[in-house]
Amino acid sequence: MNSPEDRLLDRLADLTTDAPAGLLDRIAARWVRVDGPLGEMSVAFTDHGIAYVRTDPGDFTASFRARFGRPLLPADRPPAGLLPALRTGRTSGLRFDLRGLTDFQRDVLLAARTIPRGEVRPYSWIAHRIGRPKAVRAVGTALGNNPVPLLIPCHRVTRSDGQTGDYVFGREAKETLLRTESVNVDEMRTLAARGVFYVASDTTGVVCFPTCHNARRITPRHRHGFRTLAQAAAAGFRPCRSCHPDLAA
Amino acid sequence: MTVRDTDEQDAPLLKALREDLDQGFVMLFEAYRGLVFSTALRLSGRWADAEDLTAEAFLRAFRALSGYDADRIGSLRPRAWVMTILMNLWRNQHRDGQRRPLLDLTGEDVEEVDPGESVEAAAERRETGDELAAMLRRLPDDQRACVVLRHVSGFAVSEIADVLGLPQGTVKSHVSRGLKRLRALTEGGAR
Repeated sequence: MNSPEDRLLDRLADLTTDAPAGLLDRIAARWVRVDGPLGEMSVAFTDHGIAYVRTDPGDFTASFRARFGRPLLPADRPPAGLLPALRTGRTSGLRFDLRGLTDFQRDVLLAARTIPRGEVRPYSWIAHRIGRPKAVRAVGTALGNNPVPLLIPCHRVTRSDGQTGDYVFGREAKETLLRTESVNVDEMRTLAARGVFYVASDTTGVVCFPTCHNARRITPRHRHGFRTLAQAAAAGFRPCRSCHPDLAA
Repeated sequence: MTVRDTDEQDAPLLKALREDLDQGFVMLFEAYRGLVFSTALRLSGRWADAEDLTAEAFLRAFRALSGYDADRIGSLRPRAWVMTILMNLWRNQHRDGQRRPLLDLTGEDVEEVDPGESVEAAAERRETGDELAAMLRRLPDDQRACVVLRHVSGFAVSEIADVLGLPQGTVKSHVSRGLKRLRALTEGGAR
């Protein structure tokens, strides 16, 4: 015989339920090893997107745990869109998990994301672009701490003196990547050595960064080099609306 | 179930946690996800809140484990330990939530008792859809926590005392008062 009290206890015991499927993926990240532009790389991702990219497989798990404090489990397959993005070099469709970053770090990376393949921008350009023109050094630090290099192209941010600058995987790797993306690194250096940091066209009246796709189309006959944007402006050229050299002036 | 049984069941889990924290964590999650989620669901009364609480509790468990040495892991009683993390999380979040009640402008808050309300109306407003679950939400926090841990989660009074940091007598009294109130609510609603 069941007393009302017993029935109540039975009904309470029936209130258990299993956790919904997929809850583990809100806690743990997954990782895969895939072919990337610098050879094999390890990629960790969460339900929010790609969180961490490193080329060295050795301490990947340990460094991920130290940085993110989440379990890291093997994935059955790469995150959606990663393989096509690596194949085509178009990474604009990828989702990233940048939750662990400060607003400043996130702004820097999102600005770096806007630099097209085959082009580079100075650190000061990023600083201006995110509304922190004096934070050039901090921009460099934020790019150096990019948790998802190669996929968010921090390698496309270079020194304004024509040198490629530091990189999480080393200076050599940075130069290799830029050459792979058809950046004319040698011309960049030659121009910088001559004191040319901007290139203008007298047919369009536009002044660009040397690697801008608009600058690369200028034939030698119509091409003019400038040390500063002010000099270009004084000569009657307006800043390109594609590469925005006015942002770094 | 005696505490000794639990200890023996936990041996492979603790071994796994010592050998490979990530794989061991998966075992911990698989073993206790239903317990933690059910408890969170009946405490919070909302599915989405229960998911958040469960995910956060296990994440905190992992972060704590990352800093433990093998001896500390070996001496864990994982079931009670994970539930302690959940209960602390719930109590902190709950308290924070009560400090800024203006944020909840949806009118769904049913903390205060409305004796004139029918069970059907009360149940309809709950995401769980279960009238008993809805009535659990009408219990004061301490009573709800003790009733849920004792009769939904199946913890012994002594375990609840450990998990909540309360004297056993207090736990017993919260459980019996909570049950009495629930019975009054169910009988009242069954008219």
